[in-house]
Amino acid sequence: MDKVKVIEIKKSVFEDNNREADGLRAELKSRGVFLLNLMSSPGSGKTTTLISLINRLKGKLRIAVMEADIDSDVDAVKIKESTGIESIQLHTGGMCHLDAGMTRQGLDNLPLDGFDLVILENVGNLVCPAEFDTGSCTNAMILSVPEGDDKPLKYPLMFSVCDTVIVNKTDVLPYFTFDLDRCRKNVLARNPKAEIFPVCALSGEGIDALAEHILKMVKDWKEN
Amino acid sequence: MHELGIVFYIIRDVKQVAEENSVKHVSKVVMNIGEVSTVVPEYLTDCWRWAADKEDLLRGCELEVQTIGAVSFCEDCKTEFGTVAHGKTCPCCGSGKTYLLRGNEVEIKEIEIKEE
Ligand SMILES: Nc1nc2c(ncn2[C@@H]2O[C@H](COP(=O)(O)OP(=O)(O)OP(=O)(O)O)[C@@H](O)[C@H]2O)c(=O)[nH]1
Ligand SMILES: [Mg+2]
Ligand SMILES: [Zn+2]
Repeated sequence: MDKVKVIEIKKSVFEDNNREADGLRAELKSRGVFLLNLMSSPGSGKTTTLISLINRLKGKLRIAVMEADIDSDVDAVKIKESTGIESIQLHTGGMCHLDAGMTRQGLDNLPLDGFDLVILENVGNLVCPAEFDTGSCTNAMILSVPEGDDKPLKYPLMFSVCDTVIVNKTDVLPYFTFDLDRCRKNVLARNPKAEIFPVCALSGEGIDALAEHILKMVKDWKEN
Repeated sequence: MHELGIVFYIIRDVKQVAEENSVKHVSKVVMNIGEVSTVVPEYLTDCWRWAADKEDLLRGCELEVQTIGAVSFCEDCKTEFGTVAHGKTCPCCGSGKTYLLRGNEVEIKEIEIKEE
């Protein structure tokens, strides 16, 4: 019979990615580029919200967007056409999330020193992206009204890693049982630091407050 | 399907250990997977088969998953209890001041190499 040799490893599989993410964050800091990682379920309104947001912020910050998609480049084209800012497409090669290595490769395609804020539109998914640190300076997520106010209970990790929660599609509140106060309670149970912004990306309602919040985050980060 | 991403991480780590130990072929990789880690063992082994067979080092290599039960601890009455059955609320005193002790692992435990 064959003899079997065992090598003990005892190592978390996320360890290397976490280290790469910390390295990327430090580098972004030294170059003065704020990276915001935006996550949500498919179709909750990431692209629509970004367009509305960027049109309010582009006079104050130099912004670029990286769109992560499994295969298409629809979102990158839409952002460029609707806002005029630089937007690039990252293909994840079938993967349901981005990690620090993929984010870095994407950033290598941007003339980084020309930007204050880079927004990463992550793959639409509430589970996987939360597991992988992208190296971003902050995480934000969008919860849209039709998805329900119980999502923070069902996807605890996602809500615990996001300090900004955008509640989108408030125009359809009358048609759903979604309760903003209950939602707020559920979000804060996962992350007491979270700030919550109800918006309607289509009409632009609430986007001014969100734009102010992001501007402040970028400013505070640059000063610290 | 973050299992595929995790499989690529496992392969990267195992390759590195194999290189450091001059190992040519690995016959088994043993994982510790926590009950509440959000990793689905069946998806993990499916992704593993597909990706591992593309590598000389790992062709035919088995991925064994050992599940680690999730256990939480209550800060108020110092009781340990099963997380899956009771969630965040202590079954003994009803307190919500509880935290996870174990069950979140996604860890490579060890690898096995057959020696002739
Ligand atoms: N009623 C309503 N519809 C909205 C709102 N915001 C976005 N939508 C619609 O929701 C759909 C999806 O919006 P997108 O912005 O493409 O969503 P996304 O999150 O970028 O989608 P993926 O990138 O595919 O995950 C579109 O039909 C939008 O018009 C809103 O505030 N109210
Ligand atoms: Mg989109
Ligand atoms: Zn108790």
